[in-house]
Amino acid sequence: MSVSAPVKLTLKDYKSDLHNDWCPGCGDFGILTSIQMALQQLQIDPDKLAVFSGIGCSGKTPHYINGYGFHTLHGRVLTVATGGRLANTDLTVLALGGDGDGYGIGAGYFVGAGRRNADFAYIVHNNNVYGLTKGQASPTLSKGKKTKSMPEQAIQDGINPVAMAIASGYTFIARAYALEPKYTAAIIARAIQHKGSALVDVLQTCPTYNDLYTKEWYEGADLPEKRSRLYKLEDKGFDGKVKDPTDQEEIVAKKSAAVARSYEADPIPIGVYYEVELPTYEDAVFQRIPALAEKPLVEQDVFHRDIAPLLEAMR
Amino acid sequence: MIGGPQGSGINASAEVFAKACSRAGLRVYANIEYHSNIMGKHSFYRVRVDDEDVRSYKDKADILVALDHETLAGDGDHRRWATHFGHLAEINEGGGVIYDADLGDLDASARKDLRYYAVPFMDIIKKALEEVGKGDQARRYEVMKNTVGLGASLALCDYPFDLVAEVIRSQFKGKRSEVGELNVRAAKLAFEYVRDHFDTKAFPYTLKPHTEQKARILAKGYEIHAIAKLKAGCAFQTYYPISPATDESVFLERQQRDYKLLVVQCEDEISSINMAIGAAHMGVRAATATSGPGFALMVEGIGFASITEAPGPVLVMYQRGGPSTGMPTRQEQGDLQFALHPAQGDFPHVVIAPGDLRECYQDTFSAFNWAERYQMPVIVLSDKKLASVYTTIDKLELTWDQIDRGELFTGSEWTPVDAKGKGDQGSQTPSRNGNGHGDLDLAKVKEYLRYALTPEGISPRSRPGVVGGRFWATSDEHDPDGHITEGVDMRVAMMEKRMGKLKLLAKTVPQEQQYFLHGPKDAELTVVAWGSTKGTILDALKTLEAQGKKVNYLQCRLMKPFPADGVAVILRRAKRIVSVEENYTGQLAQLVQEQTGVMIDQRINKFDGRPFSEDEMVNALSRVYDGAKAEPVVTHVG
Repeated sequence: MSVSAPVKLTLKDYKSDLHNDWCPGCGDFGILTSIQMALQQLQIDPDKLAVFSGIGCSGKTPHYINGYGFHTLHGRVLTVATGGRLANTDLTVLALGGDGDGYGIGAGYFVGAGRRNADFAYIVHNNNVYGLTKGQASPTLSKGKKTKSMPEQAIQDGINPVAMAIASGYTFIARAYALEPKYTAAIIARAIQHKGSALVDVLQTCPTYNDLYTKEWYEGADLPEKRSRLYKLEDKGFDGKVKDPTDQEEIVAKKSAAVARSYEADPIPIGVYYEVELPTYEDAVFQRIPALAEKPLVEQDVFHRDIAPLLEAMR
Repeated sequence: MIGGPQGSGINASAEVFAKACSRAGLRVYANIEYHSNIMGKHSFYRVRVDDEDVRSYKDKADILVALDHETLAGDGDHRRWATHFGHLAEINEGGGVIYDADLGDLDASARKDLRYYAVPFMDIIKKALEEVGKGDQARRYEVMKNTVGLGASLALCDYPFDLVAEVIRSQFKGKRSEVGELNVRAAKLAFEYVRDHFDTKAFPYTLKPHTEQKARILAKGYEIHAIAKLKAGCAFQTYYPISPATDESVFLERQQRDYKLLVVQCEDEISSINMAIGAAHMGVRAATATSGPGFALMVEGIGFASITEAPGPVLVMYQRGGPSTGMPTRQEQGDLQFALHPAQGDFPHVVIAPGDLRECYQDTFSAFNWAERYQMPVIVLSDKKLASVYTTIDKLELTWDQIDRGELFTGSEWTPVDAKGKGDQGSQTPSRNGNGHGDLDLAKVKEYLRYALTPEGISPRSRPGVVGGRFWATSDEHDPDGHITEGVDMRVAMMEKRMGKLKLLAKTVPQEQQYFLHGPKDAELTVVAWGSTKGTILDALKTLEAQGKKVNYLQCRLMKPFPADGVAVILRRAKRIVSVEENYTGQLAQLVQEQTGVMIDQRINKFDGRPFSEDEMVNALSRVYDGAKAEPVVTHVG
């Protein structure tokens, strides 16, 4: 009997061979690479990887990843992903979508998913515009802003994804920047490893439609001191991780600190805002249906059920 | 018939009585009418009992138990526009009215032929409580009025009290057995009170247990839909609370632990259907349940499931009075056309409309097989009437249990064959949990393509976790590997592949599950109808036959794919055709016309939110039979 050493998967193993149709220079490339790097770092088995996405430019991402891919409906990615995750808890589940997809049309599911805390990582491509429909204001564009593709200024205000995630119950909340793939990959890897619903809001450039928040803008090229408009939370000694999840005071304090940081506009903090280990939806399900802790729903024998007791009760 | 304010327990009394009759070998058909209200509004429950099979309700009852004044007089005294005028008009000649003596003197002028029985409900409750030393707590036990009403009515129709006592006891087990005994006692005291104070021997309507006791069950439609889902191996049910669909999901929630079924209460119906689709793609049998307003949210999911060829979900849709919020707790067959055309574009899905509880079981069970074999969503069109009707069915009728998981790609790591359980799963699914596939020769598979263009249009399906079975699924048009395409040839091929699956399905569904001609082949009048009017039409046909009227009934059941050829043959042969539907426009009539080219001019429609009674059906059909033009039917009752 021979035991072969496990083959180490390379970055290439996470790439599909499909031609990519994003605009040249799109921030999506950075996010795609970051995801693939994270998957490679964690050596996730592509056969046990299910990547779900919504609709829009970001929705095409699963097609470029070697794994099971589900390109779903606009705004509904978290619902399909949750159903998938619950049906097969052996899978690593990633959910992807744009800011319009997740914080606009999908806002209700963003909240619903946070309440459940099922185990998946949700990566939002946040570029402030609806790209695929040619650059309308997205839910993260602030009031008064106008990109070159908009005929008028935005007259609705932008939402704060981090604060919304805190209020909804996400147990891992982070921000990253698409053009720093190494850092983003590390954050995504942590989000995947986290048990529970993890949000990574990735600030992203849209070179075609968003002329406000460009690579140069993030780099602060226009500022006299030429400093980045981003800073890493950990660089300023911020630690969003709850040490004792049973300590309500600590939880509230950490949540408040995260929300306070999320309103900092210049420079914008990236990194992990909040992290806590709490029982997941799956944990609750396993308590309710102990058999599912042994093997996932999809592998349960549900085809030999004895319904006689139910009928007997109806006599 | 028992009537009272919601929250007064009329359900419990009616159902105890129904059970006591069913267990004694009698056939029962019971139906409830209630408001979308938690407490206080008027509701009533009819229980029809017979030696023979009963499949509908009659306009008139023999006994009315009135727990409040409104049951007798209606609500005209506190509403600008009365919703009903009490139930006295719905009692058979010489019938009995049992009412609470506390209501005072009754105005019997409208129905002098009835017998009135004033029973001191609270005194009886108090007496029962005194026996256990709780005489001062009568107000707390006021809800036992329903039991008093039940006991009193048993004395009138001379039904054996012990049969009822046994049912009451069986419903209060363990810690609650004390309350059960109290109820038995209150019912008994009421029973004795009526026997001692009135001449019950003169009461013309009596009820005897059947001589032969058969092992029947007494069930509601939502329970049957749920049991069919369990038997079919449904492992994942999602829902958002909505009348009258919620009961099914709550029933399943109770069975989660025992049957390894996960029920998820979602944030809305969009989430419900999409979670179910996600689960179906993972390889479990997934389902949801809703009614019209929820379905209105789910529709984008139907198209999504269809274009991604998801093996499901199965959606049981309980129609209720529309449009919009409409009448949440009332009956209507108003969503047939909606279920047929739920979303943008042309796509395949199945719509089937069971006519009674037995068919609710069969169609819900079959739905999972179709969903997996043909990889498309299946809608089972039920309704409020089927959901809440409480009726006897032969236990043996629930034996439909051949599971077919369709064409599967299982990959090399998967251990496909385990013949255990082959006997009751059929040859399609040799593996123990039904996930295996014995026929696929892996050596011949070079590259797995989830949407492979096979000669028949069905591509073996894989699921995440299966080695070598990797695929992409997209709501966009796609290539065989599941990546987006906008190419013309592939578009045409994929449309034809998907749509063609409906023709395949049509070939395999047994003809009697698609449509069925009841009654004589040769008739003067052919009734065309669908769904839950079935029992009422069959009961009416018996009466019409006795009157010498030759009427038959074409029941349409499979709505999509519609069996146009078979239906057309029957209708072209028909002398005269009349459609019967509980909606305004005649949605089946439209479908039949569109699919067969046979016109249906005579349409009997009912859209008052109440199901047809047997009498209404007989009268409406007789009119048409005798040459009059069909008219809408309105129930003038509570």
